[in-house]
Amino acid sequence: MAMASQLLLLPNLRFHSNSQSAPRVISNPICRPLKLSKFQKRYKQSLRDSRVLAFYGRKTPPYKLDALEPYMSQRTLEVHWGKHHQEYVDGLNKQLENSPLYGHTLEELVKVTYNNGNPMPEFNNAAQLWNHDFFWESMQPDGGKSPWGGVLQQIEKDFGSLEKFRDEFVEAALSLFGSGWVWLVLKTKEKKFAVMKTSNAVNPLVGGEIPIIGLDMWEHAYYLDYKDDREKYVMTFLNHLVSWHTVALRMIRAEAFVNLGEPKIPVA
Amino acid sequence: MALRILFKKPCFPIPSHYGSTVPLRQFKTFSLPELPYDYGALEPAINGEIMQLHHQKHHQAYVTNFNNALELLDQALAKGDASSTVQLQSAIKFNGGGHINHSIFWKNLAPVNEGGGEPPKGPLGLAVEEHFGSLEELIKKMNVQGAALQGSGWVWLALDKETKTLSVETTANQDPLVTKGASLVPLLGIDVWEHAYYLQILPVD
Repeated sequence: MAMASQLLLLPNLRFHSNSQSAPRVISNPICRPLKLSKFQKRYKQSLRDSRVLAFYGRKTPPYKLDALEPYMSQRTLEVHWGKHHQEYVDGLNKQLENSPLYGHTLEELVKVTYNNGNPMPEFNNAAQLWNHDFFWESMQPDGGKSPWGGVLQQIEKDFGSLEKFRDEFVEAALSLFGSGWVWLVLKTKEKKFAVMKTSNAVNPLVGGEIPIIGLDMWEHAYYLDYKDDREKYVMTFLNHLVSWHTVALRMIRAEAFVNLGEPKIPVA
Repeated sequence: MALRILFKKPCFPIPSHYGSTVPLRQFKTFSLPELPYDYGALEPAINGEIMQLHHQKHHQAYVTNFNNALELLDQALAKGDASSTVQLQSAIKFNGGGHINHSIFWKNLAPVNEGGGEPPKGPLGLAVEEHFGSLEELIKKMNVQGAALQGSGWVWLALDKETKTLSVETTANQDPLVTKGASLVPLLGIDVWEHAYYLQILPVD
């Protein structure tokens, strides 16, 4: 449980620098008087000309950029993480500079900006930022193979067999029109696993489900390595990239929110 | 030379059940259009690898899936299966739209030695100036709209037949321009799906 909290429960709220030390106060980059709300005026007065702003940052993949070779090339990770993911961060921070959306954790921000199906302009950046953080952690070097223990039990219970889950996952990925994501989610109401596909930046958080695995089906995720062969990309993800360790940790955390009942412990 | 890949289904009548009086419809299948130039003819703007993949893989896939969806639609209509008929609409819109849009796209492009990249003259040039101020303004507008598009889609220079005006429109995924307005005619379309440019993406630094 402690390990799970280390990985996931810390909100993605960082100050605008990569330093490990205490947050440093940055001066207002826009050197003109802003229209501030009463709360902000009061807060500003206590800080002279500078204010502490909470920006969002992206997570670094928990492995070196060349660690997923040959299944996902270093070049793909350099461009995908280095360029696209960073663009989402920069775009979001820029949008939030003069915005009333303030003080949310990233997950909260995603749900708030989704606005129940009428997304605000910040939604795309916020959601893609969260999605990609989730994606890097869903993979590991020397991944794939099979789940085991509780995860395998749950998959077999909800899909029938591991093969059926894989088929459903691949089918969802291939039948997605346009850009989107494919997820293995734990449905909070039905209390079972399900495969879900979403368009563009939408993720299961907006529907209140708990995502367990996320796979980026935007073309930028696979085009450099697999060109148009989406099936090969998805199969490679399932066979060689997906991190069942992370899945297990996410399940441990999810069980704090969803009662999955007693595990079936085989009696000797 | 660009290879012509013909995808014609043999149109022979399927033997119907003895005594059946329902006539079987035969529809024309669609095929991949040939490019009016070589794959490498658009270098260095778009490299040959992208053109070949885009034409032979992506566009071909749209054509194939379009034909399959139409065949399934035909069967559903013959059986009177309403729910399948409606369910197939998204596949038809996606794949059919992909085929239409890309067919327009190939015609929009031309190698430099055949006039590609030259500013428009005549009535089009005058119309561009009238509606956008200048060609640079139009280009800027299309760039901004294309960059702002989230996910996959197309940017169009559209002519409204009713009001006789030009405008810049965007459509999502493979939606054809008519989904934005029944009287819109596409003059120029830019594919902003990532597959259209990703292999030539600039290095990070």
